[in-house]
Amino acid sequence: MSEIAEKVKAIIIDKLGVEASEVTPEASFTNDLGADSLDTVELIMEFEKEFNVSIPDDQAENIGTVGQAISYLEEHAK
Amino acid sequence: MSLRRVVVTGLGALTPVGKTAPAYWEGLVAGRSGAAPITRFDAGKFKTRFACEVKDYNPDDYFDRKEGRKMDIFTQFGLIAANEAIADARLIEDDVDKDRVGVIWGSGIGGLTSLQAECIAFAHGDGTPRFNPFFIPKMIADSSSGNISIRHKFRGPNFVTTSACASSSDSIISAFNYIRLNMADVIVTGGSEAAITESGVGGFNALKAMSERNDAPEQASRPYDKERDGFVLGEGAASLVLEEYEHAKARGAKIYAELIGGGMSADAYHITAPDPEGNGVVLVMQNALRDAGIKPEEVDYINTHGTSTPLGDGAEVKAIQKVFGEHAYDLNISSTKSMTGHLLGAAGAIEAVACILAMQHDMVPPTINHFTDDPELDPKLNFTFNEAQKREVNVAMSNTFGFGGHNTSVIFRKISE
Repeated sequence: MSEIAEKVKAIIIDKLGVEASEVTPEASFTNDLGADSLDTVELIMEFEKEFNVSIPDDQAENIGTVGQAISYLEEHAK
Repeated sequence: MSLRRVVVTGLGALTPVGKTAPAYWEGLVAGRSGAAPITRFDAGKFKTRFACEVKDYNPDDYFDRKEGRKMDIFTQFGLIAANEAIADARLIEDDVDKDRVGVIWGSGIGGLTSLQAECIAFAHGDGTPRFNPFFIPKMIADSSSGNISIRHKFRGPNFVTTSACASSSDSIISAFNYIRLNMADVIVTGGSEAAITESGVGGFNALKAMSERNDAPEQASRPYDKERDGFVLGEGAASLVLEEYEHAKARGAKIYAELIGGGMSADAYHITAPDPEGNGVVLVMQNALRDAGIKPEEVDYINTHGTSTPLGDGAEVKAIQKVFGEHAYDLNISSTKSMTGHLLGAAGAIEAVACILAMQHDMVPPTINHFTDDPELDPKLNFTFNEAQKREVNVAMSNTFGFGGHNTSVIFRKISE
């Protein structure tokens, strides 16, 4: 697993209070990991801070799973 | 329309002298001080470096991590005390109609820790706003009543009263009124505060309101002592389950006491200083007695506001003497703030719990830290100095006054048919 993927998983575990085993690439933040709309906003902000990127709202809407977050950040992280 | 009777069927407390209602009572009767050096932040440069903290508080003991971090500490305190009171009243086990259960809470300040943390983070940044989405829902004072209702699915009236240090006495009166007026059958009320932060301590220091007795924290809160030099900041929460009398009887609830009256008034004098003549305080006690429909002579115990400030303590005593006349000498008067410190918006709630437990145990908790008589105060008054006193307590009154000139007084009586 890439370093980015590791960090993304760690943030999700920390912010959503879930077990590492639940954080699979297919896992949806809202449907599988118990996130509500505010949790999702907070996750995106944490990704922005950790990876020094700015994620526009229209792109953040497309980040709904662990895998989508990792792909986006692997592409855009500085 | 006749007003319905309201009784107390559950109690909870998380305080600097005990982390449950029974432990709190034990601390009060033992005359234990909750004051100690501040541990929540480095207070090295502050004029006051001690406070009455809830001891060894760890949110993980009460909440899973995800739940805990979405609540400011003042809401965590409130939910802990409310949960205790709700369990004590057996509201969930007895399957009460949750559409008829409200939550009316009190907080003078709200989520100061969250406000301070977010502003500091912004100030340290490059101007890009990175405010956490949970910041506002954590900070706003009504997140306390909101979270309590969400946890237990109570769908009745729900809001928070804010009147500084009178906040949770006002929440108790509001709950009382809503039940009396048949707008709810049960209301979880109380208050919580957590202002032992840099901004809280620094702010009150700037007002010259707090004791600076750093060399003897446990002796700093000394209401009615000649050498008193200000209040000691406390934190925590307390909760009361108020319930319509017939509703409580029908489900066989344990009834602690009846809430028989509440009074409110304003000093209309100064934003922080008390009216030295105590006119607003006279009025509030008269209003409460009238609402309760009792004579002053029926009151046995007054848990005073008595914060240990030079001006406030004297004004309240003067007012008590005006309202109660000769009977003032037969009263037990005490300020439990000598032990708990001043819990600001939660003061009314923890002191109401003290009044109710005083009736239950027929025991008056003391005003500790009395060393030197204040010549300005009538020596014939019984301030219950230093040790708890055994006494039949049938009627107890709790006074609280807040910055802004808000005065509130509530009266409880042992239950009678």
